[in-house]
Amino acid sequence: MSNSQEQETILQVSDLEKRFGGIVAVDGASFEVERGSITGLIGPNGAGKSTTFNLITGTHKPNAGTVLFNGQNITGKSPERIASKGLVRTFQIARELPEMTVLENMMLGPKNQLGESLWRSVMPGARRTVIEQEKEVRDRAWETLEFFEIDHLAEEYAGSLSGGQRKLLELARALLTDPDMLLLDEPMAGVNPSLEKKLLERIHDLQDEGYTFLLVEHDMDVIMNHCEHVIVMHQGRVLTEGDPEAIQSDEEVIDAYLGGEA
Amino acid sequence: MSEETTDTDESIRWQSDLKFIAKLVAVTYVGFAVLGIVTGVSTNEVAGFLATVTFYAAVFALLALALNLHWGYTGMFNIGVVGFMAIGVYTFAVLTAAPDASPAGLGLPMIVGVIGGTIAAALAGAIIALPALRVRADYFAIITLGFSEIVRLSITSGTLRQIEVGDTVYGTGGGSGIRYPPVDGVVTWLFELIGLDPNQNVLYETVGVIGVSNSVVDRFVYALILIVFILLFYALLHRIARSPFGRVLKAIREDEVAARSLGKRTQITKIKVFMVGSALMGLGGILWLGSRSLVQPDGLMPVITFYIFVALIIGGSGSNTGSVVGAFVFAAFLWEGPRFIRTIARANLNYRSPGTIYDAFVELVALDPMPLVGYLIGSLDELRWILLGTVLIVLMIKRPEGLMGHRKEIAAATDLSRPKRGETDE
Repeated sequence: MSNSQEQETILQVSDLEKRFGGIVAVDGASFEVERGSITGLIGPNGAGKSTTFNLITGTHKPNAGTVLFNGQNITGKSPERIASKGLVRTFQIARELPEMTVLENMMLGPKNQLGESLWRSVMPGARRTVIEQEKEVRDRAWETLEFFEIDHLAEEYAGSLSGGQRKLLELARALLTDPDMLLLDEPMAGVNPSLEKKLLERIHDLQDEGYTFLLVEHDMDVIMNHCEHVIVMHQGRVLTEGDPEAIQSDEEVIDAYLGGEA
Repeated sequence: MSEETTDTDESIRWQSDLKFIAKLVAVTYVGFAVLGIVTGVSTNEVAGFLATVTFYAAVFALLALALNLHWGYTGMFNIGVVGFMAIGVYTFAVLTAAPDASPAGLGLPMIVGVIGGTIAAALAGAIIALPALRVRADYFAIITLGFSEIVRLSITSGTLRQIEVGDTVYGTGGGSGIRYPPVDGVVTWLFELIGLDPNQNVLYETVGVIGVSNSVVDRFVYALILIVFILLFYALLHRIARSPFGRVLKAIREDEVAARSLGKRTQITKIKVFMVGSALMGLGGILWLGSRSLVQPDGLMPVITFYIFVALIIGGSGSNTGSVVGAFVFAAFLWEGPRFIRTIARANLNYRSPGTIYDAFVELVALDPMPLVGYLIGSLDELRWILLGTVLIVLMIKRPEGLMGHRKEIAAATDLSRPKRGETDE
């Protein structure tokens, strides 16, 4: 990996702003995420974390500001465009596809599948290539399920999984899109401690493989023990950022969480 | 090696489904035939009844399959099916009607009409799909319903009734409709193709021995052509369902936001699938309504959409085999079945249908049940609605997913069992 200045930063958010009617949810937030890091985004309820996520991933369009991903301007692009550029998210409440099996959920992941063209899926000659690719996709899906240790659930409907298993499935499915960076919205919410440990191990394994993570999380143990860099949001702005130790002792952060005026 | 096993797995299911449907149809037909013959209904009437059942089962199957693509797979709640049928059949009528008829048509060959009608329905689908990108499912349903009514009312409107181009008067003909050569004329063409005289041939003679008239034979032959179309529809939908494209459709149904966040271009996919489904509905409309020589707006009421939904719900939405089974069960038992009771009654009982329900019951005092029986038989068409409602309620309680909706039909182009790796030495 090159060490030049631009390559160090994978995501750059500048002066992002979003208003819903009279409410300013995000009010000029700016921050950067370093390539290959696990970065935490924290803040009290209503600080604008989820909205920031939605602005970065295209779910909402910002009123002002820019988002650069891998040096490309992705501000206001559609969610599918942003996802196909390699920036993929998961949701606070897992969005599994309930009446599809775990394996079907997984096989939806890979990008640019030949058979996503109606024509190729239907035409007799072209379908052969689709079937060939399906086998590769299937094998990758099984491998990833095994990596996340949910392969025993492969043929179950995703809707019958437990909350924690759904979180694992969602992360596994997002991985199959071959992203450069994953945005995880409260990945540990509703996940039992043993599963949480497993999930964190997987995230570290993936970091070693070169993936970048940005996570919103309320569990301070997770933030303090697993993130290298922490960004604190408050009232739609970035209050401060730094390494976990510095954040832990920051007066402003403590005030924000305890409800004092920052 | 593994590809062969995959193909056989798929075709085994295909074959077993086909066998199941064939068995269901055979048992039902033998049942009706035996019932008819035992109760003294003529062979020709029994055969005519079965031809009617086959026709309705086939056209409902075609439309239920098309609706299954919209609603069952993609979750696009289209309650304007009849609108797309109307676009198809009216385009067909205008293209094929004779140039000297009133209103005049273009006098083009039937095949041009069929293709033209199908394309017109697809284009209408594209236009209707555009708002679908912006509104939620329930609002979309209202748009489609509105569309089907707009189509029907436009056909009746004075502006489109007569359109003069030079000396010729084209147009929709308003309430009196358009006359055109019916699409089941293809039967005559088919007879000529295989070298049979369409007026008197060996097929008519053979079947004539058991007292079945030539017109009933023609209807059976047309029903067989419809069955070929069902197989084509089924094959197309089966391929769509078992492909990455079908997987995206299912994902749109389950959670479009999730699908988009994985980089799936759901908007263009929705337009495409809506066009394909609408084209199939247009074609279904031509094959159904186009088999009469006259099309009128009266036959395009929203209730037709309701019938197709009932057929699909009975069969199980999301399942292609279910669509066909549901269409058959609906046509045979709920739609045409009750009418068979009237045929039987006519052959056996000497009854008259009293005009009011009072007349029907008053004779019970004199211990004469015949007026009541006559009244009930005379009201069979209305009583079917009660039967239909009851069946739907019972189904929703006992089997909300429909007859075949419980099956896992996996959206993938290949067998998904875990690939065997190096460690297996067997």
